Amino acid sequence: MFNNWQTPNGMSRRHFMQHLAGSSAVATASMTMGGAIKANAEEMRKNGKSAILLWMGGGPATIDIWDLKPGAPTGGPFKPISTTGDLQICEHMPLVAQQMKHLSVVRSMSTREADHSRGRYYMHTGYVPNPNIEHPSYGSVIAHEVMDQRPGLEIPPFVSVGGASAGPGFLGMAWSPFSVTSNGQIRNLKMDLEDNRLLQRMAALDTIETGFSKRTRDLPASEHAKVLKKTFDLMTSDQMEAFRVEKEPEEVKERYGTDRFGQGCLLARRLVEAGVPFVEVDLGGWDNHGGIHALFKDTKLPQLDRAMSALVEDLNQRELLKDTVVMWMGEFGRTPRINQNAGRDHWARSWSCVVGGGDINGGLAVGETSSDGTAVESEPFSSEDLMTTVCKGLGISTEKTFTSKNGRPMKIAGGGKIISELVA
Amino acid sequence: MPRCGYMIQRGSFKLQTIKKTPPRNLATMTRYSTILPAVLILGSLLTLRASEAAEAAVPSQVTMINEIIEQGWRDFEIRPASEVDDSTWCRRVFLDVIGRVPNKSELSEFLASKGKDKRAVLVDTLLHDDKYTEEYASHWSTVWTNILIGQSGGNGRDTMISRAGMQKYLRDSFARNKPYDRIVFDLVTATGSTKPGTENFNGAVNFLIDKVNEEKGVLATSSTSRIFLGQQVQCTQCHNHPFNQWKQQMFWEFNSFFRQTRSLRRFVDGTRDVDHAELIDEDFAGEANDPEDALVFYELRNGLTRVAYPVFTDGTAIGVSGFVSDIKRRSELGRMMLASENMDKMGVNRMWSLFLGFGFTKPVDDLGPHNPSSHPELLAKLAAEFRKNSYDLKQLITWITLSRPYNLASVLGSNNEIDDPSIGEMPKFSRFYLRQMSAEQLYQSLVTATDATSQGSYEEQERQRNRWLQQFVVAFGTDEGDEATTFNGSIPQALMLFNGDLTKKATSTAGGSFIDRLSKTGKSPRDRVNELFLTGLARRPSRNEMTIASKLLIARKGNEKEMLQDMWWAILNSNEFIMQH
Repeated sequence: MFNNWQTPNGMSRRHFMQHLAGSSAVATASMTMGGAIKANAEEMRKNGKSAILLWMGGGPATIDIWDLKPGAPTGGPFKPISTTGDLQICEHMPLVAQQMKHLSVVRSMSTREADHSRGRYYMHTGYVPNPNIEHPSYGSVIAHEVMDQRPGLEIPPFVSVGGASAGPGFLGMAWSPFSVTSNGQIRNLKMDLEDNRLLQRMAALDTIETGFSKRTRDLPASEHAKVLKKTFDLMTSDQMEAFRVEKEPEEVKERYGTDRFGQGCLLARRLVEAGVPFVEVDLGGWDNHGGIHALFKDTKLPQLDRAMSALVEDLNQRELLKDTVVMWMGEFGRTPRINQNAGRDHWARSWSCVVGGGDINGGLAVGETSSDGTAVESEPFSSEDLMTTVCKGLGISTEKTFTSKNGRPMKIAGGGKIISELVA
Repeated sequence: MPRCGYMIQRGSFKLQTIKKTPPRNLATMTRYSTILPAVLILGSLLTLRASEAAEAAVPSQVTMINEIIEQGWRDFEIRPASEVDDSTWCRRVFLDVIGRVPNKSELSEFLASKGKDKRAVLVDTLLHDDKYTEEYASHWSTVWTNILIGQSGGNGRDTMISRAGMQKYLRDSFARNKPYDRIVFDLVTATGSTKPGTENFNGAVNFLIDKVNEEKGVLATSSTSRIFLGQQVQCTQCHNHPFNQWKQQMFWEFNSFFRQTRSLRRFVDGTRDVDHAELIDEDFAGEANDPEDALVFYELRNGLTRVAYPVFTDGTAIGVSGFVSDIKRRSELGRMMLASENMDKMGVNRMWSLFLGFGFTKPVDDLGPHNPSSHPELLAKLAAEFRKNSYDLKQLITWITLSRPYNLASVLGSNNEIDDPSIGEMPKFSRFYLRQMSAEQLYQSLVTATDATSQGSYEEQERQRNRWLQQFVVAFGTDEGDEATTFNGSIPQALMLFNGDLTKKATSTAGGSFIDRLSKTGKSPRDRVNELFLTGLARRPSRNEMTIASKLLIARKGNEKEMLQDMWWAILNSNEFIMQH
């Protein structure tokens, strides 16, 4: 009857179980401690791979950030500057320029989805939307694939910071993103109840829950039980400390930027340190149909520059970058042509994504676009290709095939090809 | 020989012949196939209220739904789940029709009622009895507010939308059972002010108020065509869609209908704070500055510029003048939408999906030819019936809730294992698909189940509810205001139900609370645990559940209120409570 709630993992669980052992009626001998593992952060990180996706909601104008066209009619006012890598980027990204030896820009992204929701789906899953199936997103796939490296992890393996991310598709609700705000505060975490009473309530809940699952035999019923288990784990885990971004020194907070994205990136670093396999940090507001360049110069790029550079620098300094792939992308790029409102519209045909860390080579510009940015003039790459390359960079087999719940074989990352320049 | 049934509708009655094909097998024999002898019905008329007698015969639309759905089962060689028991069905229909679970006395009244048509009587009561009008209107207003302006529309600081205004318009419309086509026409053509209590108030304007000013009204274009016509055109704004029949030209032609329309901000006197907004139609000079020939320009991918005028999706053009005195473009659009079969289909498809968990298409608001439908014939026929019956939403609800698929148990069996739309199969409606309640249904259900007499005025209660709902909304950061909800069965939702204030309140043992009042009823703890299960789950506890309750009573050292609190907490957090089943 208690089966689902009796697997003690971490410190507080031990404490929890000791309480429980002392309680009378509901507790039984089977509920006492036994083989609990206290995995500390360092053990957990050993060989554990992670990825951080910086998601730029709205579709950023990569022509103004990573693939400048100075002098072209489409080029806009910004100038390129040199970096520590073998490429140039926008002058308003000076701090990231210092980190570019770790990051590569894929300048020959060429996709077909220029609608927000379709583009978001496609870039998150490596599949175009299909009414008959829901594909799992980056975070769900990667968390699913590397979880066996993380036996002691008690907090959710896929955390989405400050945004909505994309869902677990056919992998099921247990692999859905755990959404938190960028200050790491989690609502309703504390129950204010004695430990043994909580466990007894869980036992009663488990009885009702199991009965219903057995009667209906339908998936949503049993998925619900899995989520309850994860929720319970999280409520009673010391590892939740990782979310307390406010404990960082002021100096560090300021280096990342005290805005939501800055704090979100800092939180991502803390979570990866704690062994979370996938963190997505959301920075929206890139749907700039008008007034793009002033906004970029004064607001968007300084914000991005601070946070992204601090994140990469810290990961590297803490020797986490070699096991952590960092990605930067939105749902598509924006038109090279500047419209009458001094903005740029949706454009998927030629744009850039950024990737580095893990086994991914940094400092490169992969592929190129025409002199006005309107066309890719080298081998074009897709979401599938990028995702496959990221999997490779994390040591995940790119031959992996999932079986969707209706029995269809689904290649991981849409069966894309590896971008060979990026993984030696 | 055709059998006869009598159909009596709201006071008057007429004779109707119901074609019945003989049952093909046991599974197709529903209680609807039993037609009482005419004499019996006529005899009982003397004693029955008209509304009770109303359902003595099955509406032909129900038969039509059943026949087509059953044919699908035969085609796929599956056997449906058995019929759902009365108490589960009662909970189901309360949730879907008025947005909350039945309270204890409503449930026991239904279970105690006799007659083969007791389900039809309950549907009729929920739809037509005055005591439910307010809840019915409020539930459907909530559903449609989310569809029309999203879960967060009107909650921002600088927003022009008045969420209260949107809800007021919808509540009034549903309370009066305004026909669906009139509602659509109102929403598409409305002018006036957003906020209740202001001059020229017309809450219907809140649908378009923030969709016309920015970017030439592309949001008005894509929302109107998607929500009411099931046409997904947002991509065609910039290019011809690869597998959508819509072309870029059609997007801008449809868009042209909205170009006379503007939203004006009205400020609080002496400040720059937006008090409310007004949606107006004004003369449109066109982008070439000639109101006699008010055209719009759009740009092809290759940089060429093209011209568009108002033309409906079926190719019907209207005059090119931009003068409101010559032609009101939105009114013309509204008229053509009402004539369009797509509007009927979209209305039916959405209503079906709200009751059965899946529409005939996925997504429900994409009826394009590239997107196959699970039951095209049924969708078309139901749409035609909807039109024929003057777009009466209550009739449509009656047909759906009395249909066989809606009356099946939510059990996945070995004979219909392939019928699982949650894994991407086309729905065959051979069982009731489990789905989660909406956050709003949960809220109302907790209020009902715990008899929580909320304090304050209607407006204050609405504010409280709205604040609570906002915790689940997450935005995607696009200009189109895309959003998602964390009320989706994930951990944040579970944490809220474990530990949130709403649960704390619902499980309180303080004097006068639900638990406190319950503890003073019945003869024994067993009675009270029974009550708890009936209230929360519309059933009695199983033996295991009763056993754990008695263990809990010992663990709580005989403090029964605390035991009831623990049990109630477990019930509220269970899959069985949160699921519509």
